[in-house]
Amino acid sequence: MRYDQARWTHDKNGESTDDQYEPLLSEKNTEEVEVESPLPDELTRDTVELPGLSEPELARHYTRLSQMNYGVDSGPYPLGSCTMKYNPKFTEDVAALPSAAVHHDRSDRSLQGTLALMHGLQDYLARIGGMDAVSLQPPAGAAGEFAGILVAKAYHEAEGDGETRDEIIVPDSAHGTNFASAALAGYDVVELPSGDDGRVDLEALEAAAGDRTALFMLTNPNTLGLFERNIEEIAEIVHDAGGLLYYDGANLNALLGQARPGDMGFDIMHYNVHKTFATPHGGGGPGAGPVGVVSDLAEFLPAPRVRETDSGAYERFDPESTVGKVHGFEGNWLVLVKAYAYIARLGDVGLEDASAKAVLNANYLASQIEYEIPFGPFHHEFVASAGDQDAADVAKRMLDYGVHPPTTKWPEIVPEALMTEPTEIETKETLDQLAAAFDAVHDEDDETLSAAPERTTARRIDQTSAARDLRLSWRALGADDSEE
Amino acid sequence: MSGRNERGERGSPYAPHTAAETEAMLDAVDADDVTDLFDIPESVAFDGDFGIEARTERDAERHVWGLLSRNDDLTEFLGRGHYEHYVPSLVDHLSQRSEFLTSYTQYQPEITQGFLQALFEYQSMLVELTGLEIVNASMYDHASALAEAALLAARVRSTDGDRVLVPEYLLAERRDILENYTDGAGLAVETYGTDDGNVDVDALAEALDDDVLMVYAENPTTRGTIEEHLADVGDLADDHGALFCLGTDPVALAVLQEPASVGADVVVGDAAALGLPTAYGMGLGLFATREEFVRQVPGRLVGASEDAADRRTYTLTLQTREQHIRRERATSNICTNQAWVALRTAIHAAYLGPAGLVDLANDCVTLAADLADRLDDVSGLQAPVHDRHHFREFVAHTDQPAAAIASDLEAEGFAVHAVGEHEVQVCVTDANEHAVDRLVAAFEEVA
Repeated sequence: MRYDQARWTHDKNGESTDDQYEPLLSEKNTEEVEVESPLPDELTRDTVELPGLSEPELARHYTRLSQMNYGVDSGPYPLGSCTMKYNPKFTEDVAALPSAAVHHDRSDRSLQGTLALMHGLQDYLARIGGMDAVSLQPPAGAAGEFAGILVAKAYHEAEGDGETRDEIIVPDSAHGTNFASAALAGYDVVELPSGDDGRVDLEALEAAAGDRTALFMLTNPNTLGLFERNIEEIAEIVHDAGGLLYYDGANLNALLGQARPGDMGFDIMHYNVHKTFATPHGGGGPGAGPVGVVSDLAEFLPAPRVRETDSGAYERFDPESTVGKVHGFEGNWLVLVKAYAYIARLGDVGLEDASAKAVLNANYLASQIEYEIPFGPFHHEFVASAGDQDAADVAKRMLDYGVHPPTTKWPEIVPEALMTEPTEIETKETLDQLAAAFDAVHDEDDETLSAAPERTTARRIDQTSAARDLRLSWRALGADDSEE
Repeated sequence: MSGRNERGERGSPYAPHTAAETEAMLDAVDADDVTDLFDIPESVAFDGDFGIEARTERDAERHVWGLLSRNDDLTEFLGRGHYEHYVPSLVDHLSQRSEFLTSYTQYQPEITQGFLQALFEYQSMLVELTGLEIVNASMYDHASALAEAALLAARVRSTDGDRVLVPEYLLAERRDILENYTDGAGLAVETYGTDDGNVDVDALAEALDDDVLMVYAENPTTRGTIEEHLADVGDLADDHGALFCLGTDPVALAVLQEPASVGADVVVGDAAALGLPTAYGMGLGLFATREEFVRQVPGRLVGASEDAADRRTYTLTLQTREQHIRRERATSNICTNQAWVALRTAIHAAYLGPAGLVDLANDCVTLAADLADRLDDVSGLQAPVHDRHHFREFVAHTDQPAAAIASDLEAEGFAVHAVGEHEVQVCVTDANEHAVDRLVAAFEEVA
């Protein structure tokens, strides 16, 4: 597959230049207007300076920007740990329904549709995760982690040992958010080194778990795509120490219909609906990170949740010992609508098939590439090693083959890691093209790699210059120009 | 529907494998069946089902329509942190372009210049509006941005203090999140007094000491009033070495005092007042601050750079602040953010331009003032309760219990807030002004 990404260049006086797309929306196209207002002068500003462009100009500007961007609909996007699935279009339509555009502060009586959908999604997620109660409030995976940690904290406080349980154990291969969310909640983070097989080292866990353990956070399969086969022993060790077990839902797309966190001994989990349930990533968000718990912890969940009354109506309620709120309202509602629609479309057979094909695709792709894959057997993703090559260079070169590269240099347990997750959406033909891109880069020399990419909108971008000479707005660019 | 999709296949409609392809792929990996690829011990394998029926796209769509149609069709005069302005069609159509919508975080900037530039433009426009040099590429919402501001204050302030001062009018929900986020860092959230809907400067002076990390105020406030003493708040905070954090939104910023000019060190708020219709509280956390704090900022930052051909390009920068690199020492745990909402906000702001945005903001002043005047003429109502200028919304006193009035109005097809036993709050913008006459008539019926 050959690929040349769009690059709109500035052509001001009929002279074509090779400059980067000169933005119509820029400090060069701003207008300054005097602020005249019915308010007294002392309460107002004097001027406002912003771009002043017509609607047709803007339509073209953003269309051109979109052409200089790459999404799942552009081509393969096997970005490990991110589950870049196809986002069904009909879910956009249902989220855009006027009846979905409601304010949060209306009465329950007038919001029966919204509450019914939320109740339905709580129920779907509980069944899928094997959990007893779900809160939809966290607006992202990391927010779900934070909410889950608050639940664990409230539980330990209710048990009387909240003060002494001041540690959270996190495997060294875990997502960075696990560490950061634990620290945000005020916990000391105990990093657990992986065993030789890339999984949790039971002896190390035994040694780490104790009276100070509040929570052990784990994703299963882990970031190497490996199922933690000893999950029951892990749960026993953590529970015997008086701690709780947390499931990071980032890798749930590997398990639908095959195993459920609740059945493995996990007490708390979050769901990344923008991964597993196909809501679009939107260039970095919004997502949603609902949190599920076993029945003993339901009373601590964020408020409000939704329940069905005896008369069949739906109402919001505050769990008895709620940790309070983690979002100003109730999270990213439109994302939840899309997730509900996706689950309602796929049902049991579709969800089970999604995971089956995701695992098949990862295994098939792995079997077709030359890069070494040190750990297995893996599920929905695998981590190959670029060996003597620089994984970051490999990624840049893959861009020239019209594919988005894997996640690179992480987890660190694999040298020069290429963390690859093709998801269930790719055909065999596309996977063969992906494998061809991997192999082509595998056989290229360092010089070619370090000169890449060549066919994308931008050539290799200077990260050092960006960080050293910070230019974070038009104002900073303007300052640049005046220096020249 | 017996679990078959419309192509007659059992499975996900978005997994395209034919039976022959599946067979060939299984052969290649030396497996008889896909289930052989799962390395799950039998003791924890799931052999039940979820009991969720599969549907065709048409049926799934109708199912969700059916659910949502149970929402009453009310004309909302609601605000208190979640606002609606008319969103031009341009915003929907361009933000929904697949290349934007289906992309992820710009970890490979060479292939995602479009989104990076759009975020850079969002940052730039908010820099112009706030007067502060640094705007990040989004937080979740107003409340979490406020909480992150307090944590930033704790990192950059040299004092040993741990107090964060918030005004009496702060929404309970925002305070709850502020406390949840700052509890781990050992901060104490305390309330200072207000006077007729504004900061009580004397009460603030009394509450302030050198152990205060941050003073928070809003403009406009949760009760819709425009603050008249912001420069005093900025000076007082400065006298004690505390940061001044101001809560606002991009529409209000078009006419109200520029935050930088009143000494604000951090500006937070919900920027989705531009770009999103009401969405049950879904928003866009605005976070702006001064250049000197840039290395302590939470969340993603887009910066300009050059590529190997020496062209102007954009990239995520200062990523060593972030959780995927710095882990427990990161400036925040935020990863997935609200980037797509920021794109929508930027399109909406650019669509309005400076004159359009000022006009919209002025409408928020005059519409609120006019509606308050008219409600004040209704027997049983006094509006506004605060002798201040207002923005979008105001509080009215009701002789009858406010809850009963709100409930009666709902029966007439309108939603307003009951915020006290005898107080309702009403929010009016370009999105609902067409219904103002009917709302006043309804108030005349029920008040």
